Amino acid sequence: MKVVVVGAGIVGAACARALSRAGLQTVVIDRGSAACGTSAACEGNLLVSDKTPGPELDLALAAVRRWTETAAELLDELGPAAPDLELLHKGGLVVSRTDSGAVALRSFTAGQRASGVRVDDLTPADAHSLEPALAPDVTGAAHYPQDAQLQPTAAAEALLASARRAGAVVHTHERVTGLLRRADGSARAVRTERGHHEADVVLNAAGPWAGELAAALGAPLPVLPRRGMVLVTTRMPQVVRHKVYDADYVGATQSGDADLQTSTVVESTAAGTILIGSSRERVGFDDRIDVDVAAALAAKAVALFPFLREAQLLRAYVGFRPYLPDHLPVIGPDPRVPGLLHATGHEGAGIGLSVVTADLVAALVTGADPVLDPTPFAADRPSLAPHLEVVA
Amino acid sequence: MEVLIIGAGPAGLSAARAARAAGARVRILDAADQTGGQFWRHLPGSRPARAERVLHHAWDDYVALRHELVEDRGVRIDLGAHVWAVEARDDGLRLQVAHGVPDGTDRPVEQLTPDRVVLATGAQERVLPVPGWTLPGVFTAGAAQALAKSERVAVGERVVVAGAGPFLLPVSTTLARSGARVVAVVEAAGNRRLAREWLRRPHELVGVGAKARELAGYVGHHLREWVPYRTGRAVVAVHGTAAVEAVTVMRVDDAWRPVPGTEERIACDAVCLGHGFVPRLELAIAAGCHLTEERYVDVDDSQRTSVARVYAAGELTGVGGADLARAEGTIAGWMAAGGSPDAPAIASARRRRRTLRGFAGRLTAAHRIGAGWSAWLEPSTIVCRCEDVTVGALRTVADTTGATGLRSLKLTSRAGLGACQARTCGRTVEDLLGHQLVIDGPGTDRRPIALPVRLGELASPRTHPREETNP
Amino acid sequence: MSSRSVDPAGDPVLPGPSSPVTLTFEGRSLEGVRGQTVAVVLLAHGTRSWRTSAVAREPRGAFCGIGVCFECVVTVDGERDVRACLRRVEGGEHVERQED
Repeated sequence: MKVVVVGAGIVGAACARALSRAGLQTVVIDRGSAACGTSAACEGNLLVSDKTPGPELDLALAAVRRWTETAAELLDELGPAAPDLELLHKGGLVVSRTDSGAVALRSFTAGQRASGVRVDDLTPADAHSLEPALAPDVTGAAHYPQDAQLQPTAAAEALLASARRAGAVVHTHERVTGLLRRADGSARAVRTERGHHEADVVLNAAGPWAGELAAALGAPLPVLPRRGMVLVTTRMPQVVRHKVYDADYVGATQSGDADLQTSTVVESTAAGTILIGSSRERVGFDDRIDVDVAAALAAKAVALFPFLREAQLLRAYVGFRPYLPDHLPVIGPDPRVPGLLHATGHEGAGIGLSVVTADLVAALVTGADPVLDPTPFAADRPSLAPHLEVVA
Repeated sequence: MEVLIIGAGPAGLSAARAARAAGARVRILDAADQTGGQFWRHLPGSRPARAERVLHHAWDDYVALRHELVEDRGVRIDLGAHVWAVEARDDGLRLQVAHGVPDGTDRPVEQLTPDRVVLATGAQERVLPVPGWTLPGVFTAGAAQALAKSERVAVGERVVVAGAGPFLLPVSTTLARSGARVVAVVEAAGNRRLAREWLRRPHELVGVGAKARELAGYVGHHLREWVPYRTGRAVVAVHGTAAVEAVTVMRVDDAWRPVPGTEERIACDAVCLGHGFVPRLELAIAAGCHLTEERYVDVDDSQRTSVARVYAAGELTGVGGADLARAEGTIAGWMAAGGSPDAPAIASARRRRRTLRGFAGRLTAAHRIGAGWSAWLEPSTIVCRCEDVTVGALRTVADTTGATGLRSLKLTSRAGLGACQARTCGRTVEDLLGHQLVIDGPGTDRRPIALPVRLGELASPRTHPREETNP
Repeated sequence: MSSRSVDPAGDPVLPGPSSPVTLTFEGRSLEGVRGQTVAVVLLAHGTRSWRTSAVAREPRGAFCGIGVCFECVVTVDGERDVRACLRRVEGGEHVERQED
């Protein structure tokens, strides 16, 4: 069976690896370079802390386990010459800075704990002992030992390199323009600006551009980009040991509001720089840096960690996170076009969820038992079905 | 109407004078604490010197221009003005300017939305890596020049000046006037290529005038002082344990590949490297200016960029030296201020620009970096000085990932991710991986945060244009 | 000592009077001239490296001299990431090597 994966970001790379390792003849196509879109413009989150109980949290819990295995496999396979994935189980620390925030955080963690998340409620004093540089006005905190971080671009490239070793062929700088179908309507090949690639299965893993691609393939999907900005400081002697964020982060990821939202996420990288994220705006694919947004992020970061006031900003970047109207990824077959599958819409969680998404895709394609129930992520789920246009 | 000029070097100051002549008010911003740019970089006011002109070309022109602008009530000069961001917004450009000392803390940030802008941000030196180039005692040629002209410090006692281009000669001359002994000037371009570009169609050189006199002066100095000017050669390694002790010079072929068996060791305590200049593009790129294929700001006959009401002049639009920068600045300032393109006021600047561009083209062709230079690298040679990424590490990452994207390669190798944000290594990384990389747009030159700013400064409320007049 | 100030007595620019300033670096009090940058005061005293590189831990100092390469950064009176080649000495500064 021949598979064409469209999109060489981390989700496409992880799926190509899983599919080629399952013995399928796999071709990856990207209109640009590999790992240069969202996978090179994000923070590398592998989080359970920001997920409300439900299918996405189940996916994240599976991902935490799978990344530990996958990182070891990749190191074993590619050797030390491969870029370091910098997978760090540093844990997350969510802090509230208002009394009502502290109460809300407690009830949120209780729900997560019941769903299998390891989380400890902390006093402000506990929080300060974990992160001594935190601002004094912390009212409550929660520690999530499962939260981890990895270097997203290195991870995407490593997964792709592994896919190549398993036989996948990668074509970059080739734009997919359409889908050729058999008489029964099923996928036969993808058409590109250079020719066509035969495919029994076509996987749309084009991240925030998956909506555009789906339309070109004849099966429109309501994927939209949400812009997120990240600030990076120069190397600093102070280390933020955890992923530290304020409690309103959860609200921001789940919101459909177009207005600018920021909530602070502060963490050190392996190199010693400090990353500050992340804003969320619905402004299309506009990659200009907006200083007002950067200023809002900086203000919140300084409020959380006062020492950052004197930190020097080295660079800022924006990335586009793919999301669907119901804020769940779509992983599975398109009900309208046999042979077409989607794996996109992971919003800010695609890096972490990529490997487990790939497991689901491989199981769906080969008919193997999936690691968890894929039904909530189906393209024809009730919360998404009304948004799917009927294909002629 | 006010014309905002960014950069107070030869191009920016000339633009200011012309914009005033055309009737506009002018505001000049420069990050340095004195005008003149790198070309007329000079001693600070606290260190007066009667014969400073001996270190400069066209010094009297500069002094007169500065005097005229400082005295003019229609001109406001803001020094210590660090433009750290330019935003191309739907309603025009917006600039963020931190006022104060370089890398200060709590500097007030002013937000500007100018009517007309002239970008005159100049160039920086391009330095090719060489084994040993991170040793203390290795400087850029521009550093040696700047330290000697504006600080009266010589970088060493026995100095080798090496690289390519006519700039090596004034550097060597200044070093000699600062008490250093220049033991060799090593120029990679060979005599045949130099002769071909410098001497062909001599009638075209008529009118180059001051520029040719300037160069002739430097050549005369080298002959008089017996400084060996070694062409067709390159410093291919720098040696030393704690600091520079010697260099290896080799003959190079037309593509700058070292010729085996030509090694020669020269003892020295400082090395000044310069392989040409690259424009300082970050503000122009952030403004949305279209770039040429050679990655200069694309301007039309009126020095207009692709962005409405934004002009560019000087090295930003093509490296050609101060005289060309002055001609371009004059045209840019005049046109930005709404002057007529056919006005007699800029006729002579147009003529000079034509002649000098031709001359600059020859110099560029003569001293262009040869494609074979990387043959002198060792796997252990550091490419990215900020992150200590070696040639070997860069190539290993590229080979392992097979990556074609610059963004991915930067993030996986860390080359270009450090404090200088690829200002030093960017073009080199692009060259070394050129066979594999697909570079779209501005490559490693895109830096939306154009200068460092403290998070506290970024977070503080920004002020609107400050109402101040010249001191 | 290899980098050093031009001797004012023989300097062809014919310098006028200048006033001294001092800074401290690694326990030493270094005298310079008002208007000089931190990098130049260090260089004039023959100190050519004052930073350790981030990864290879090599000695580094001034390289580009014009604020482009960020090799010369130091901590001045507790303020980190100050380009020594751009910051003028006012007198009395406590300059420290920076640890990344």
